[in-house]
Amino acid sequence: MSVLLHEDFTFMVQGITGREAVNLTRECLDYGSRVVGGVTPGRKGREVHGVPVFDTVEQAVEHHGSPPNGAVATVPPAFTKDAVFEAIENGIKLIVVVTERIPRRDVAEMVELANERGARIIGPNCLGVIAPGVAKMGGIGGPAKDARKAYEPGRVGVMSRSGGMTTEISSSLTAAGLGVSTAVSIGGDAIIGSTYAELMPLFEADEQTEAIVIYTEPGGRMEAELVDWREANDSRLPIVAFMAGRFMDDEEMQGMSFGHAGTIVEGKEDSATEKIARLETAGIPVVERIHEIPDVVQQRLS
Amino acid sequence: MRFYEYESRRIVERTGVPVTEYGFCTTATEAREAAQRIGGPTVIKSQVLTGGRMKAGGVKFADTPEESEAHAAEILGLEINGHMPVGVLVDPKADVEQEYYAAVLWDGRAKRPMMLFSDMGGIDIEQVAEQHRDHVGRQHLSNLHPVSDFEAKQAVARCGMTGRELGRATAVLAKLARLQREYDMTLAEINPLARLADGSFVALDAHMEMEDEAVGRHKAMLAEIGVDLEEPRELYEPSAFERNVKAIDAADHRGVIQGKDHGFEGDLGLVIGAGGGSLTLTDAVRSQGGRPANYAEIGGNPSVAKAKGLAMEVLKKDGVEKIAVMMSIVSNTRVDIVARGVIKACLELGKDPAETIAIFRIPGAWEEEGYKILDRYGVEYADRGTSMWDAAGTAVEKIQGGAGP
Repeated sequence: MSVLLHEDFTFMVQGITGREAVNLTRECLDYGSRVVGGVTPGRKGREVHGVPVFDTVEQAVEHHGSPPNGAVATVPPAFTKDAVFEAIENGIKLIVVVTERIPRRDVAEMVELANERGARIIGPNCLGVIAPGVAKMGGIGGPAKDARKAYEPGRVGVMSRSGGMTTEISSSLTAAGLGVSTAVSIGGDAIIGSTYAELMPLFEADEQTEAIVIYTEPGGRMEAELVDWREANDSRLPIVAFMAGRFMDDEEMQGMSFGHAGTIVEGKEDSATEKIARLETAGIPVVERIHEIPDVVQQRLS
Repeated sequence: MRFYEYESRRIVERTGVPVTEYGFCTTATEAREAAQRIGGPTVIKSQVLTGGRMKAGGVKFADTPEESEAHAAEILGLEINGHMPVGVLVDPKADVEQEYYAAVLWDGRAKRPMMLFSDMGGIDIEQVAEQHRDHVGRQHLSNLHPVSDFEAKQAVARCGMTGRELGRATAVLAKLARLQREYDMTLAEINPLARLADGSFVALDAHMEMEDEAVGRHKAMLAEIGVDLEEPRELYEPSAFERNVKAIDAADHRGVIQGKDHGFEGDLGLVIGAGGGSLTLTDAVRSQGGRPANYAEIGGNPSVAKAKGLAMEVLKKDGVEKIAVMMSIVSNTRVDIVARGVIKACLELGKDPAETIAIFRIPGAWEEEGYKILDRYGVEYADRGTSMWDAAGTAVEKIQGGAGP
C-alpha cells in the first residue's frame, strides 16, 4: 500500500500546455501514472503526449466519465486560486499545487474551500507525491528513470518542505535498503494545504509505512502541531527529523528568509533552535548530518 | 513589503479609521510649519523602516513649533540601525484617556487570519499575552466569508470591554480586519489605538506589512499613498555582489540564481542549490568549521552563462580563494552545463579550476557528461554516494589545509 496514490489513481494536469507541465506530464506517464486529461483555456482539442486537452475541468471530467482522482495545478500564480476552485467544484479530491509565489490569502481560501468540500491540497510550491513503483503525481524525482533510481518501494514515509531534499533524503533511504513507502513534497510556503500533522493519519493507517522522516526549515509552527498530534494519537510510527537553515538563527540574519517563502521567522518559536528543542523534547531526534538519517531510522525501527 | 509609519497611517485612514492630524515632513522648516498648524505640543517621529526608534532617540516631544523644528533637524540626520529616515512625522500630543492594541495577522497553524485586541495598548503585546491573558481577545476569521462585525465584537468583548467603548472599538477592529484582507497584509496593527477625552478612538501609530507576492495587485492603492515601487525596501542596503547576481539572473530567463552575502564574511565561496539544498549545505559548511563567503541558490536548469556568472561573482568577492559547487540530487538541472559554467568562470579569471573548485557535488541526470568535463580539468567531484555533509566537509578541509596539498 501507499498513501494518497494507488495503482488505479487517475489525475489531470491544469495548465498542461505550459513548458514545465509538458515535461511533468511526460515524466508521470513514463513512470506509469494515469494522466487522463489536461486543461488549458482556449486549447481544447490538442494533445500533450497523447493526453487530451480541454478548456474546462468540467469537459475533462465529462470526457473521463467521472471526476479523476486528482489534479496537478501548474498555472501562473495570479490564476492558481481560480484553477484550484475549479478543480474542487468539479469533484476533484486531491490537488497538487506546484505554483510558487501565490499570495497567502489565495492559498488560505483554496485550503478552506477544500476543507469544506472534503478535498485535500498538497503544496503550493511543491513537487508533488510519489508512491515508489506505483505512481508519481508531479515533477517529484524528475524523469521516470531518475525517479526509479532514487525511490525504491520500502518502509519509510517522507514529508519535506523542500522538493529537492525529498529526493535527496529518499535516495539515501533507498541506498540503505530501507526504501520509501510514499514521499510527499509538502511545499515551502507559509501556509500549505497539508502539514505533517495533517498527513500523519494517512501514514499511520498505511501498513507499508513503519517510520517517518521529515525535512523541515525555520518559519511556521508545523513541528509543534506534529508533536501535539503524535501525543494525542499515541502514534505507532517513529519519526526522525532533519532541520536545515540553522544558520538563519544568527543575529545578522534576523528578519530575512532564505530558500523558501515559508522560512520567514515571525516569532521566536519559529526559529531553528526552538524547533529542534521542541522536537527533541518530544522524543523526535533531529539529525544534524544528513547521511545519518537512515542509521537513525534503523535504530528506531529495531 | 514594509511601510513607513506615515504610509501605514494613510492606509488606515483610507479605510475610515480616524487618525490624528499628522504631518509628514522632509525638512525641519516643514516640521515647524506642521507644528504651527497643529498648535500645542507635538511629537516628532523618525520615519525609518526599522524598530527601536524610541531607544535610538528617533522620537522626541516638543512644546513649541521652534522646538519641533530643532528636533526634526536632529532626527532627520540620525541614522537608526543603519537606516536613514526618509522624513519625520509631526503629530499632535493627544489627550489620551486610555491606550488599546488592535491587530490582524496570520495564524499559520489555523491557516486563517486572527484578530487580536487588548485594552492594554502601547506596550509589547507578546508580554501582555504572557502576563495578562484576560486582557487579550482573539478571534479567527474565515477566508471565504466576509468579515462580520460580531466577530470583531467578540474579540473586543473577550478582553473584558463593555459599554460605549465596546461599539467604538469594534468598529475600528472590523475595519482593520477588512483592510488586512483587502490589501494582503501579513500584519495590520494599530498600537496604540487611543481613546481620547471626548470618548473617540484614534490610531496614534500603525504598522502595516504587505505580502511581497501580492504587491502587484495593489499598485493603484500604493500609487495613491505615494509609495515608489522602485525604491528597495530591504532590511539592509544590497551589496555589489547581491546586485550583480540579481542583474545576471534578470538578463537570462533560463534557470534561477540568487546570491546573498549580508552577514557572511568567510573565505569559502558557495555555488549551491537550490532552496532546501542551499540551507542544508550552508549549515553543513558552518557546522564543520567552514566560513561561507556567501549564500547562493542555483537551479531550474541555468545556462552556461548564468552558472559562470554566479561563480565569477562569488570568486571576485574579497577573500574568496576557493568555491564549493554543490547541490542536492537534481532532476531538471543539467550537471554538465553547471560544470562548464564554473570551469569557464575559473579560466576567465585566470584561476586553475583544479585548485579553485574545492569540490563539485551535483548528482543527477547528465552527471556522466559533467564528470568527463571535470576530469579534463582535474577537478575533484563526488556523486550521490558522498553525502552533502561529507562534500561540504571536503571543501572545508581543503580551504583550511592551505593552498598546496
